[in-house]
Amino acid sequence: MEKDSIINVNNVNFFYGSFKALTDISMDFQKNRVTALIGPSGCGKSTLLRLLNRMNDLISDARVEGQVVFEGNDIYDPHIDPVEVRKKIGMVFQKPNPFPKSIFNNITFGPKLAGVAGHADLANLVEESLRQAVLWDEVKDILSRSAMTLSGGQQQRLCIARALAMKPDVLLMDEPTSALDPISTAKIEELIEELKKDYTIIIVTHNMQQAARISDETAFFYLGNLVEYNKTEKIFTNPDVKQTEDYITGRFG
Amino acid sequence: MKWRYFKQNLFFSLVTLSAGLLVLALGGLLTFIFINGYRAITLDFLTLPPMDSMTRGGIMPAILGTLYLTVGAVCVSLPLGIASAIYLTEYAEQGRIIRIIRIGVNCLAGVPSVVFGLFGLGFFVVFLQFGSCILSGALTLGILILPTIIGATEEALKAVPQTFREASLALGVSKWLTIWNVVLPSALPGILTGSILGIGRAAGETAPIMFTAAAFFTAKLPGSIFDEVMALPYHIYVLATAGTFIDQTRPLQYGTVLVLVFLVLGINLFAIVIRSTMRRKKRW
Repeated sequence: MEKDSIINVNNVNFFYGSFKALTDISMDFQKNRVTALIGPSGCGKSTLLRLLNRMNDLISDARVEGQVVFEGNDIYDPHIDPVEVRKKIGMVFQKPNPFPKSIFNNITFGPKLAGVAGHADLANLVEESLRQAVLWDEVKDILSRSAMTLSGGQQQRLCIARALAMKPDVLLMDEPTSALDPISTAKIEELIEELKKDYTIIIVTHNMQQAARISDETAFFYLGNLVEYNKTEKIFTNPDVKQTEDYITGRFG
Repeated sequence: MKWRYFKQNLFFSLVTLSAGLLVLALGGLLTFIFINGYRAITLDFLTLPPMDSMTRGGIMPAILGTLYLTVGAVCVSLPLGIASAIYLTEYAEQGRIIRIIRIGVNCLAGVPSVVFGLFGLGFFVVFLQFGSCILSGALTLGILILPTIIGATEEALKAVPQTFREASLALGVSKWLTIWNVVLPSALPGILTGSILGIGRAAGETAPIMFTAAAFFTAKLPGSIFDEVMALPYHIYVLATAGTFIDQTRPLQYGTVLVLVFLVLGINLFAIVIRSTMRRKKRW
């Protein structure tokens, strides 16, 4: 994996209390690619994802060993402010979680509070972000309405737009379609395809077909270990490890 | 088979009876106060000071005094209580020290109110030399309702979905701004409800203000927070125990009780209305 990597994970171990959730993970994430993290429940893929923008900080009793290098800095270096990391590495969650505010204010929430955008161009930013998330045409006339009135699929695209408004380099997605119906899912998948031109996307998914459809690279995890990490095509047609093949063909997991 | 139904019916009857007794007791109390007190309620009663050794006139200074004391208590305890609750639930590392603080807060809630009164007398009135005045009384009442406000705020903060915090933090918003802009607005209905219930308690307490703020009678209305005031609960106590013309003060006493009870009930009702309207507006 030479090419242009944006995040390098070096020998990372992760513990919840005394439970070791990740064992000696090393992998490089490629720039402007979609990388899928797959594996059975509890294999550590979500843990790894949340570790990439220090969301695991919220869990008391959690401990990280090793390095996660982003833009030349180890984000677990004591001098690094996790808030700055999260501005550049955005996240979309499993369940759509818009704020109980208007659609407009959902988008401007991050840029306003993080002091990124001037107030004059907020309206532009809202339009731009919603267009990127392919939601603009559906909500352009109801921007002042509460985000809670949108459908689940719309809410999730709003959450993506909200993350994009921060103009991050990387977008982490934690099973972003698992709570959505097939049509909404298809829309989000198209969107991901579109977004990878400008962003690096790392996505956790339980859906094999989804990983095969949308990702360029796929990493398979099992019991906290990285079993195989390769081009998606290779993983799904001719994996090197038998465990990967067993999982993909549905023999376990 | 029959025996089982009998047991069930017996049990249901017992719980229904308990609930009924409760309503009956409350209803009886209110009716008693109303019947004895409603004749005293006139416009003069609500707007004039007591006259002729409290045998005539009204209770306006006492209403005003209770208002001052209650508002003062809220100004003291609301910022302090909300800040403490934010510390306890959002910032502090959950461990032994936090458990001890929580136990402390709960113990504070169980302390008899007369003890607060004596503490206020010893600390605010004597040690800090505020004297018996609105400030001392408000501070004492403020400490009294602090546990109520901390408890209500903690519950309200815990009820805010974790996903809200995650969403905000993941955008690169700092923890403090997340609490201020996402967590607190969502917790506001709960905080308000709890606080208003605390206000109701503060308005009705006698013992804490007896030694710290309340005056038997003041010739004029208070001019600053360093003046003594009359207050409804203490005025009732005075009318009931210190009157020399019982026939003439008794109706006034029940009238004052009626005003106080409706004040407290009104405050609680207000809390319930706020809670239910805000609940209807919020969905997550």
